[in-house]
Amino acid sequence: MSLKIIVLAKQVPDTRNVGKDAMKADGTVNRAALPAIFNPEDLNALEQALRLKDQYPQSTVTLLTMGPPRAAEIIREGLFRGADGGYLLTDRVFAGADTLATSYALCTAVRKIGSFDLLISGRQAIDGDTAQVGPQVAEKLGIPQITYAEEIQSVKNGKITVKRRLERGIEIVEGKLPLLVTVNGSAPGCRPRNAKLIQKYKYAKTASEKQDATAPHIHLYDARPYLNLEEWSADYVNADPKQCGLSGSPTKVKSIENVVFQAKESKTLDSSDQQIEELIIELIANHTIG
Amino acid sequence: MKDHLFVYLEIENGKVEDVSLELLTKGRSLANQLNCRLEAVAIGNGLESIGSQVFPYGVDVLHLFDDPRLYPYTSLPHTSILVQLFKKEKPQIALMGATSIGRDLGPRVSSALFSGLTADCTSLEIGDHEEKKEKKTYARLLYQIRPAFGGNIVATIVNPENRPQMATVREGVMKKEILDAHYKGQTISHPVEKFVTEADFAVSVIERHIESSKVNIKGASIIVSGGYGMGSKENFNLLYNLANTIGAEVGASRAAVDAGFAEHERQIGQTGVTVRPKLYIACGISGQIQHIAGMQESSMIIAINNDPNAPINAIADYVITGEVETVVPKMIKYYKKNSK
Repeated sequence: MSLKIIVLAKQVPDTRNVGKDAMKADGTVNRAALPAIFNPEDLNALEQALRLKDQYPQSTVTLLTMGPPRAAEIIREGLFRGADGGYLLTDRVFAGADTLATSYALCTAVRKIGSFDLLISGRQAIDGDTAQVGPQVAEKLGIPQITYAEEIQSVKNGKITVKRRLERGIEIVEGKLPLLVTVNGSAPGCRPRNAKLIQKYKYAKTASEKQDATAPHIHLYDARPYLNLEEWSADYVNADPKQCGLSGSPTKVKSIENVVFQAKESKTLDSSDQQIEELIIELIANHTIG
Repeated sequence: MKDHLFVYLEIENGKVEDVSLELLTKGRSLANQLNCRLEAVAIGNGLESIGSQVFPYGVDVLHLFDDPRLYPYTSLPHTSILVQLFKKEKPQIALMGATSIGRDLGPRVSSALFSGLTADCTSLEIGDHEEKKEKKTYARLLYQIRPAFGGNIVATIVNPENRPQMATVREGVMKKEILDAHYKGQTISHPVEKFVTEADFAVSVIERHIESSKVNIKGASIIVSGGYGMGSKENFNLLYNLANTIGAEVGASRAAVDAGFAEHERQIGQTGVTVRPKLYIACGISGQIQHIAGMQESSMIIAINNDPNAPINAIADYVITGEVETVVPKMIKYYKKNSK
């Protein structure tokens, strides 16, 4: 058996570790100080896809990502870990998209890729935490969805069995292919980069990256076609510009405020017995505890 | 006259979940401001007692879709029902819980209706909006206020043109409050077979193990909370010991939950529960904005951290600089010594 698997992945700013240098003096976020990373749950998704490929080696795992030209890094990262190929959907028309316009764009690209058995993505991206794009892509493609997956337990006879991790428990569900699965962070982490695959793909580039490529490697791209990463525009995937980007987004950002907390005057104690006992006595006396 | 406010009810074992009751409370006050009806949608099996559970929150109309195939929840049939109901009823606002159900259902419904959806709102308000470019003004829109960018900013989102304006809200963010124990609304039982097709049952639940919540973080008056700085799941036992001694619940930061030190239902912050206890003891928590936003309204905050410059210290009443492993056992010891 072979499966055609498409993994939806996103390049995101690493918002998990916003250190002190990531905030400017005026309290705004210094985006330049945040590294661009492979969205963590999309890596969990990639691992689920690669495990199916381990099981059914004739399968193909194809990455699809939308973003600025530098998001080609996501495709390379996937290739280093065992994906077979990938597409970068990039166009200024897509800028400013909310989740609906994003899912519309991804849906047109999935249609361009053609038939598939399984779409897999992370549950949500850490820059927005909405968990909306997966289900919205599924709805637009007219396929069912299984969200919050922790493990794809089996795929056979056109059916998939998935263990879901919910707030207060688990569910085992079964669905008919094709469908979309979104994967939780509680699923196994992604396998590391493979040294041989790094050697194979390290010069893989999109057309726009090749324009800047240094001369010594230029000869490679004709000899090794797998080093040419595909970059798709809105026009190429037949996306209607009116449904893309800002104009295709029903939600508008009215305002943005920086979060500023009111600092308190605090009392500083050390960890000596005396200071801690005094604090506890005070808390008991004013009925905060006890 | 359409344009009402709808709340999707999450129902587990015939009982309406707290998150839905919290949304009904918020929905009632928004409906009063908008001078519209509060309507609730119950989709499931054996829904006879739903009316008595939700009418006290001020529900004017309850829509029932009762069918054995509709419980437990699966995405497609619940989507089909909401999409068709909303096409007919044309609500101006639709709210649901930011739970594994609401976050599965909401996006699918919003995509089918092409209406904007804002996830995980921390506040909902009514206000006007002006689109400067198009020189258009919109009266009484739903302001959907949510943290973004890892909690470092708060964005106000509006849906000027499309209806319903959809939003999800996490459990514990809004307060649950009965309006009137004798409030009576109207119940409409809908014919389920007209709303769903066989194809909607493409995914079936084979096994299900859902536990009722063991943790009552929201209602706790004292919370002992641990962060990534606790270092391990084993070290969290220190916090359970302190909590058991002084009668507290144990909470955790997102980083600690992500690291597997504590269960998800203990998570406090913008992506977890919002708490307002009288005492909050933060242990090994550096104080990411997303955490602080979920506990800053605590009456008193004690921060225990080996980093004297941890951001959480700025909002704490007492800062204990030291190792949690040293400080917490001393707190237990001196509590036992000094309490009766």
